[in-house]
Amino acid sequence: MNTIATSSLGRVDLSWIIAIHQSRDVLRKRWLIAYAGLLTIAGDLLLRLAGNGPSALVSLLNVVLLLIPLIALILGAASLYSAREFTELLLAQPIPRRALFVGLYLGLTVPLASSTALGLTLPFLIERALDSTTVPMLALLVAVSMLLVCVFTALAFLVTVTVRDRARGLGVAVLAWLGMGLLYDGVVLAVATTFRDWPIERGMLVAMVLNPIDLARTILLLRLDVAVLMGYTGAVFRAAFGTTGGATLATVALVLWVIAPWWLAARAFDRSDF
Amino acid sequence: MICVHDVHKRFGAVQVLRGVTLALVPGRVTAIVGPNAAGKSTLIRSVLGLVRPDRGSITLADGRDVRLPAARAALGYMPQQPSFPDNLTGHEVLAMLDALRPDVVPDGTLLERLQVAGQLDKPVRTLSGGTRQKLSAVIAFRYRPSVLILDEPTAGLDPLAAAVFKSAIVAARDAGVTVLLTTHVVAELAVLADDIAFLLDGVIRFAGPVAVLLQETGAATLDAALAALMQTPAGSVPASAIEPGAAQRVRIVREARS
Repeated sequence: MNTIATSSLGRVDLSWIIAIHQSRDVLRKRWLIAYAGLLTIAGDLLLRLAGNGPSALVSLLNVVLLLIPLIALILGAASLYSAREFTELLLAQPIPRRALFVGLYLGLTVPLASSTALGLTLPFLIERALDSTTVPMLALLVAVSMLLVCVFTALAFLVTVTVRDRARGLGVAVLAWLGMGLLYDGVVLAVATTFRDWPIERGMLVAMVLNPIDLARTILLLRLDVAVLMGYTGAVFRAAFGTTGGATLATVALVLWVIAPWWLAARAFDRSDF
Repeated sequence: MICVHDVHKRFGAVQVLRGVTLALVPGRVTAIVGPNAAGKSTLIRSVLGLVRPDRGSITLADGRDVRLPAARAALGYMPQQPSFPDNLTGHEVLAMLDALRPDVVPDGTLLERLQVAGQLDKPVRTLSGGTRQKLSAVIAFRYRPSVLILDEPTAGLDPLAAAVFKSAIVAARDAGVTVLLTTHVVAELAVLADDIAFLLDGVIRFAGPVAVLLQETGAATLDAALAALMQTPAGSVPASAIEPGAAQRVRIVREARS
């Protein structure tokens, strides 16, 4: 009979074990395979239509900015809600909550980020479109996409930990995606038009920092130098900070977008009832 | 042993537990019984450390809070609805949990007795509900717990597996394990339970041996005795029924009979 045996494993070891097994489960999920396939097919089609890597990448950018938040936030949240009972079983094991949270986060984020990188890179390998101009642009797109995955899986954790009811939680996730992915820029533009005679540039900068999708778009377009697609907030951002300064600041803000919801979700996970 | 002392828990406007005090004694099977929404699940989840009481404490015999990760090494848990990662095989689930407890040599006895090992090389999503329940039972016993917490443990098990499982519970009890279980099957209570803790509206209305419950209620059968307890007017009994360490002492709700 086991009296109180303490595990010889540290928190990192425990998180690692959970992350590996969780990743194994997530990597076998059909939606993840379909997602990687969809990115590959979209990339391949765009490459064929555009005729060259850089043009295809600019088009692919719009697919990425819409698809990644959708998959990471909504399917991520659905996956976490489905795993709730097993999470409770793990919580009843001798594991610190924070170690479990880190393991679960990595177990969802790493497979999703890996599939994203694979789905974005594969068409360029298939079509042999990797030249000296395309490679750095593709690397940037992959890096920013992986950051977006980290942001939106952290948000998915935040939703599932704070909203207990699955239907309500998924509703919140859908609204968050619609808001950030589709409506935000329109609302910002409407505000900018309405108050065009006012000095609202600073407010617009804040508005951009408040939306990780806008930040990702700005980083990519500043680097790809496609100002016409940048949108209102992106244009203000470039005017205020220049290309390099703007891209650096936007990257820092995007990293903060990973940290903030992750920390809030981890804190809620530590304190919540299951 | 587990000491539940003056535990209160509120979810929003609903006060689910109201000063629950209970001692779960080694070598005895204590069944938590009560109608739906009486607070049974919340009490079990509190004992597991999944729910944080607003007030009160839940400790092991050495005084350690059950919410401490090291204290949970003593617990074996079988939830009402077993759920595992769909795309892992049963063996992978066991391997994961084994890896999380490297200091304990896993006990494979129940795995053999339930004859489930052959099915565990398939993904969990392809397993029947009964096989998942067997896997859940195997996990509860696998790490040689000194406290077993079983939530409706035989629901979904075939009669043969249920018999094997009940004998495993009895053997664990005889070996000195503290067993806490919930079930709606009165026949199962009659076979397994040494003590009954009857929970109504978040208050323990009775806690003590089954024989004393029958004697005090004057009922011939356990279900008649439980029905008598259920008719107790709300608020007619004190918030706590027994003190920690005194599980054999009985406080019977006599209002039910008067």
